Amino acid sequence: MSFDTRLPSIPLSRRTLLAGAASIAMLSATGAALAQTPATATVNTTGLAVSDTTVKIGILHSVTGTMAISETGSVQAEKLAIEQINASGGILGRKIEVIQEDGGSDWPTFAEKAKKLLVEDRVAAVFGCWTSASRKAVLPVFEQYNGMLYYPTFYEGLEESPNVIYTGQEATQQIIAGIDWVVKEKGAKSFYLLGSDYIWPRTSNKIARKHIEKLGLEVVGEEYYPLGHTQFNSVINKIKLKKPDVIYAIVVGGSNVAFYKQLKAAGIDMTKEKPLLLTISVTEDEVLGIGGENMVGAYAAMKYFQSLKNDNNTAFVSAFKKMWGDKIVIGDVTQAAYLGPWLWKAAVEKAGSFDIDKVRKASPGIELTTAPEGYVKIHENHHLWSKTRIGHARADGQYDVVYETKDFMEPDPFPEGYQ
Amino acid sequence: MIGDYSYSEFFSILAMQGFAGLILFSVFVLMALGLAIIFGQMGVINMAHGEFMILGAYVTYLCSVVVTDYVPFLFPVYFFVAMALAFAASFGLGVLVEWALIRHLYRRPLDTLLATWGLSLALQQLYRSVFGAREVGVTLPDWMMGSISLGDAIEIPINGLFVMGLTMIIAAAVYFIMFRSSWGKRVRAVVQNRVMAGAVGINTKQVDRMTFGLGCGIAGIAGSAFTMIGSTGPTAGQLYIVDTFLVVVFGGAGSLIGTIASAFTISQAQSTLEFFLSGSMAKVLTLLTVVGILMLRPQGLFSLNIRR
Repeated sequence: MSFDTRLPSIPLSRRTLLAGAASIAMLSATGAALAQTPATATVNTTGLAVSDTTVKIGILHSVTGTMAISETGSVQAEKLAIEQINASGGILGRKIEVIQEDGGSDWPTFAEKAKKLLVEDRVAAVFGCWTSASRKAVLPVFEQYNGMLYYPTFYEGLEESPNVIYTGQEATQQIIAGIDWVVKEKGAKSFYLLGSDYIWPRTSNKIARKHIEKLGLEVVGEEYYPLGHTQFNSVINKIKLKKPDVIYAIVVGGSNVAFYKQLKAAGIDMTKEKPLLLTISVTEDEVLGIGGENMVGAYAAMKYFQSLKNDNNTAFVSAFKKMWGDKIVIGDVTQAAYLGPWLWKAAVEKAGSFDIDKVRKASPGIELTTAPEGYVKIHENHHLWSKTRIGHARADGQYDVVYETKDFMEPDPFPEGYQ
Repeated sequence: MIGDYSYSEFFSILAMQGFAGLILFSVFVLMALGLAIIFGQMGVINMAHGEFMILGAYVTYLCSVVVTDYVPFLFPVYFFVAMALAFAASFGLGVLVEWALIRHLYRRPLDTLLATWGLSLALQQLYRSVFGAREVGVTLPDWMMGSISLGDAIEIPINGLFVMGLTMIIAAAVYFIMFRSSWGKRVRAVVQNRVMAGAVGINTKQVDRMTFGLGCGIAGIAGSAFTMIGSTGPTAGQLYIVDTFLVVVFGGAGSLIGTIASAFTISQAQSTLEFFLSGSMAKVLTLLTVVGILMLRPQGLFSLNIRR
C-alpha cells in the first residue's frame, strides 16, 4: 500500500478507461483482431499470465523507504513506456497489464515480492530494482523460477545473469571514457578518489585507479565515507592540501547534498576547475536535492542527460512531462528504465513468443533506434552498447552535453586486469 | 618540513582542522541538546528526534519557497523567520505528541521507545506523502554560502560559523531557562523528586509537556540550521539520530554539561581521525573508543547523583 502522492492514481485510472474502451473496440472487430493476433497457445507455452487480449508484467521498485527518492523516476519511466506501447497496439496484439509491487527499500522484501510476481502472478517480465543490493537479493529468485528482469541502474559490473537485461551502463563504460576525456581535454594529471562506502563506489574507484595508473598518472588520495555521512569538512581540507587536478566523486544519497554544499562553503568554486570535479553518481534527479547553484561547474560522465539534443529525446521529454508534470527532471537511470519495456517488446516480437527462454535467446542483437539516448543494442552479455557522454552542470540543475564518445562503448562486465 | 608538508601548510592544516572540529562540535551539540533535555529531564527516549529536526527543515523549505514567490526582497533574511517558525512548529507538534502519546507511557520506558519509533515511521511517511519522496533543495541567501579566507590556504565556511554562533546562543538560552528561571527550577524539582514536587504544588504534568515541547522545538531549530549543510528528505532525520544518541549517552543522561563535553570529545576525535585515516575507519575507531569508555563508565562522562 502506497501513500505516495508522487504516483497519482489519475493516470492509472485513465489508462484503465482507455484499456476498457480499447477492449470494447476490439470486441466489435473480433474477427479482424484475431486474424492479426497469434493464438495464446502458441505464444505462451509455459503458463505465463498471457491471455488472448492481455499480458501481465511486474514493476518492482521501492516507493517507500530511503530508496524511494531514487526509484520513483524509474517507475514513472516504465509506466510511460508501457502506456505508449499499449497506445500503439500492445505486444503481439495484447495489452500490457501492470502489477506493481513495493520493495520498500528492504532487500529481503524485494526477494519476496519477486517470488510473488513470478510464482503467483506468473508475469512475463519484471522491470525493477535499483540498488545492487536489491538486484543481488532477487537474482536467485529470478534464476530459480526463470523470470526476466530488466534492471535500469548504472552499476559496478562483475555480473552477467541469463535472467537479467542490464539497461544501464556497467562501470567500465561510464568510467574509462570519462577519465580519458578529462585527461585529454583538461590535461588532468592527478586524481583524488572519493566515494560512499559500499560496493559500487569501491569497485568503480578500483577500475578508475587501474585506468589512471595505466595512463601513468597519479592518484593522490582515495577515501570512503559511510552511507549517510553528513560532515565532509575534514576530507575537503585534505583535498585542498593535496591539490589534485580532479576530484573524482562517487558519493550517493543524502551524503551528496552535504558534500556539495560543504564543498561550495569551503570556497571550492567548481566553475574555476581548480580542481575540476568529475562524478558518475549525480544525475539531474540528485541535483534537485543538492541545488543547481551548489553543483554548477561540475562534470558528470554517464550515457544520458535530459538536455540531449535529438528527436527521440525531445519526444520522450515532452511525453514524460505530459504524464508526470512540468517540473519533473529526467536522469540517466530514468531513461534506462524507459528502455526496458521497449527492449522487451522488441525481443518478444522477434521471438514471436512470450516464453522466457525464447525471449532470452532473441535478446542479443536487439537494436532500439527510438531510444532517447539515440541508439542502443543488446550485447551477448546482456548489457547495452551505448555512448558515454560528459555533462557540464548548469546553475538551473541541468547539464550541457560537452562531449560524447564517437563509438558505442562495448559493455565489459568482467574487465581483465581491472579487478 | 613536517612529513610531506611545509610549515605554512602544516599551520593551515591545524587551523582548518581546528575549525572543522569546532563546526562538527557545534552540529553535535545542536542536534543533541533537544534529545538530552527530553532524555535527561524526563527519562523518555525520543526515537522520533530526527523527524522533529526534519520538520524544522521542511518548514525552512516552505519559507524559502513562499518568500521567493511572494516577498523576494526579504530573501536575504528569511532564514531567521524560518528558524522561529521551525521552533514553533516542532514545539507545537511536540506538545501534541506528549499529550496524545507520551503522557500515557511515563512509567514504561521501553514502551515510549517503541511508541516514538512508530511515530518516527509515521512522520517519515507523512513527509513523503506531503513533500514527495525526493529530497527538496532549500535555497539559501548568497551571504550564507561561501567562505571567509584568512591567508592563502585557510578558508572558513560561513555556514559553519553560522551554526557555531547559533549553537552558542541556543546553549546559553537553554542554560538560562534551566538554571536561572523559575520554570527551570520547577523542571529540576520534578526531575529530582516527582512526587515531592507535586506535593508542593508544582503542576508536574504541565512541566512534562513543556519540557518535551522545548526539546522538540530545539530539534526543529537544529533541523532548520542543518539545511545549510545537509539534505532535506523524508528520511534525512535518520542520518543524525545515531550520532545524536551517541553524544547523549556518552555524555551521561541527565547532564547538559556532559552532553556538551561529550560532543566536544567525539567531534574532535572524529575530525582528527578523519584527517589522518579514511572516513569509514575514523568512524569505526570513534565508535570503538566510545564503547570502551562506556564499558568502564556505564553512566557516561557526567552523571547526576540523585536519590530516586
